[in-house]
Amino acid sequence: MTSTLKAYAIRLFPQVAALVVILLMVSFAFPDFFRLEMQNGRLYGSLIDILNRGAPVALLAIGMTVVIATKGIDLSVGAVMAICGAVAAACITSGYGLVGTLLVTLGTGILCGLWNGVLVAVLDIQPIIATLVLMVAGRGIAQLITEGAILTFNDPGLIFIGSGSLLGLPMPVVIWLVFGLVVSLVVRRTALGMLIEALGVNRRASMLSGVSTGVLLIAAYVLCGLCAAIAGIIAAADIRGADANNAGLWLELDAILAVVVGGNSLLGGRFSIAASLLGALIIQSVNTGILLSGFPPEFNLIIKAAIIVLILVIQSPRAQSAFVFLSRSQGAAPAKTEEEAK
Amino acid sequence: MQPVNSYVLSATGIDKIFPGARALNGVDFSLRRGEVHALLGENGAGKSTLVKCLTGAYRRDGGRILLDGADIDPQSTLEAQNLGIGTVYQEVNLLPNLTVAENLFLGRQPKRFGLIDTREMNRRARALLAEYELDIDVTAELAAYSVAVQQVVAIARAVDLSGKVLILDEPTASLDAHEVAMLFRIVRRLRERGLGIVFITHFLEQVYDLSDRITVLRNGQLVGTRETADLPRRDLIAMMLGRELVEEVATEHAAKAADGEVRFRFRGFGRKGHIEPFDLDVRAGEVVGIAGLLGSGRTETAEILFGAERADSGTAETAGRALDLSSPRAAIREKFGFCPEDRKVDGIVGDLSVRENIALALQARRGWARPISRAEQDRLADQYIKALDIRTSDREKPIKLLSGGNQQKAILARWLATNPDFLILDEPTRGIDVGAHAEIIRLIESLCEKGMSLIVISSELEELVAYSHRVIVLRDRAHVAELVGEEVTTAGIVEAIAASASAGRADA
Repeated sequence: MTSTLKAYAIRLFPQVAALVVILLMVSFAFPDFFRLEMQNGRLYGSLIDILNRGAPVALLAIGMTVVIATKGIDLSVGAVMAICGAVAAACITSGYGLVGTLLVTLGTGILCGLWNGVLVAVLDIQPIIATLVLMVAGRGIAQLITEGAILTFNDPGLIFIGSGSLLGLPMPVVIWLVFGLVVSLVVRRTALGMLIEALGVNRRASMLSGVSTGVLLIAAYVLCGLCAAIAGIIAAADIRGADANNAGLWLELDAILAVVVGGNSLLGGRFSIAASLLGALIIQSVNTGILLSGFPPEFNLIIKAAIIVLILVIQSPRAQSAFVFLSRSQGAAPAKTEEEAK
Repeated sequence: MQPVNSYVLSATGIDKIFPGARALNGVDFSLRRGEVHALLGENGAGKSTLVKCLTGAYRRDGGRILLDGADIDPQSTLEAQNLGIGTVYQEVNLLPNLTVAENLFLGRQPKRFGLIDTREMNRRARALLAEYELDIDVTAELAAYSVAVQQVVAIARAVDLSGKVLILDEPTASLDAHEVAMLFRIVRRLRERGLGIVFITHFLEQVYDLSDRITVLRNGQLVGTRETADLPRRDLIAMMLGRELVEEVATEHAAKAADGEVRFRFRGFGRKGHIEPFDLDVRAGEVVGIAGLLGSGRTETAEILFGAERADSGTAETAGRALDLSSPRAAIREKFGFCPEDRKVDGIVGDLSVRENIALALQARRGWARPISRAEQDRLADQYIKALDIRTSDREKPIKLLSGGNQQKAILARWLATNPDFLILDEPTRGIDVGAHAEIIRLIESLCEKGMSLIVISSELEELVAYSHRVIVLRDRAHVAELVGEEVTTAGIVEAIAASASAGRADA
């Protein structure tokens, strides 16, 4: 068991290290960064803010990790968030009650995932094209549901999901932590994880070994749709309204980025949900950090891109082998190493 | 010896070395003007390597190539094309989204005032294709036409560009009989025009139908060049498979033909376009060998038995009950197992560990909700790593880092872990080293002694003879003969493969 833990630690080390470095860098620019305060039974502070703001991308990253592990990709999650936000707002305003609203909304997300899954698994359409369909159409569907306006609501139950707190943590944080833990456990404690990895590495060999590749593929996209639905509810609850145009806009790209920053290969196979969640936190830390550091806002996107490029370069196989090379030659030629480090 | 100038192309002592393998070893090949010269050999014999050396796709590592008596050293296919050597591949290498005329004149379109003169181009295209008795709309997209027509367009382009040597690399692989006839008419006409034509195919019928001479390669070496008329079919097959017919008698054959109850019974089992319906009985503790040349339907037989391709006719039953072989998953539930021929594509899951690869089929059968515990997986992996002597530093090593033979043993372990009743092995010994080879043969024999039913497909005839109780011979995607007991000899198998098509297909 200790060897498993050790393997886990080695796997997550680059992400943890990157996160720590970024947090430290922000704290230099913004000394109050690590301060936490308890007010009215809820924690406040920049760190909590990162966890809270990062909730949608973290949730999307859970489903995206599994889909990417099957050698697929889901571009539609942002649009599915918009659809589900709109459905939630429409249901709650037409008096379905909180439970009914949540069930219908989650069902909508599952249906969206089912659509993607069938296109990919049954019709054998390339995932990037198959999910592009819903990415484009989804926002239109959401606009049809909200009839072009921002559909507001003030149901306290639904709003609680966006801004309430439980055990001192904001609800969105509780939701993504619990959901991430549940999915990780289900995937790793059953054989699902291994079967998904096998499918992602070699679909035909897996099929010939008796793996139900079609069912697994569809299930992966359904999970992704479900994650998008939860993220959509949180996003809508947060602003107490469904904005079909902007909810989840470009978040599919952040989710994919989170998976990649988490060190998961876009070619499928081995995956770690925990690493993707750390990836999501890294992205959110960069976002929040730039804002807190007081850089002019027009630099934000460029700085974010630069930091992410840096993380990806450090993770790239070439850089890895270069590090190995450098650390070996360090004794022999320290001057050169220093020069190259610059 | 023919006078030198009757050869349009002659290559002597061609060597080609790849890292770790000698693909061609001093191969001689000469092509006369106005002949169709068949280039034959099993997979990996070096046919395509030779062709690629001739057409400049590969740089040769030794030897001379003379075209019209002059030394040439093509650096690229374009250069070879300009010198007069044109090639048409099995997969037509034209642009399906351009028109027929554009394809014919791509890169050399007739121009007027610096712009492409489409009308002139279409006129010339029509004239060119008329020579091939092909009357089609040259302004339509190439993709709108059948593969056969595309093939002819490719030939027309190659001949128009090059005009001395035409290399046809398996041109008939995806054509039906009628289209093959059309293609052959065109090839014969080009022969009359004095072109030297190299014809690569796996269909021996077509070789005898069309070619004037035959060159056989095996393991990168020249076996010989013969006049087609002087080479009986069985001698040709012996050349290809490399068996000395006279000495090869079934001395080592374990002729104790299994006489137990028939355990698996297939009747009229087949799939249109894959394999003609066949009958097959397999007993417990019996090894049924399947022999035939490449493309004869060996792998197709395996795939249909395992449900990788669904049978569209016939029945399969065991112990009086129908078998569900509608998918690999269903077949595995019936305790079937299948080691595919293409280990890399269909067998291994490269990034996963040896342990996971061994556990995969068993885990898939148990379902995702009942995981095999890590301790059990470790035990399973260690057991088979030891039993089959899989050489790996540890069980967590990604399987893609193992050698071919050890990968094959791990795939075998994957199936043995499911404790199958019926195991199908497609070329279990291909591309693996000699030591592993012998171990796998021993394994087949011991599995059979334990009462497993096995189907083994192999192009190694001696191997088949050694462990098979019966051998089914395939030709042209049909089961054409069955050799039992004393009949199971390499000579007998070669004889059955070579038997003329008319005898084999009484109903055709």
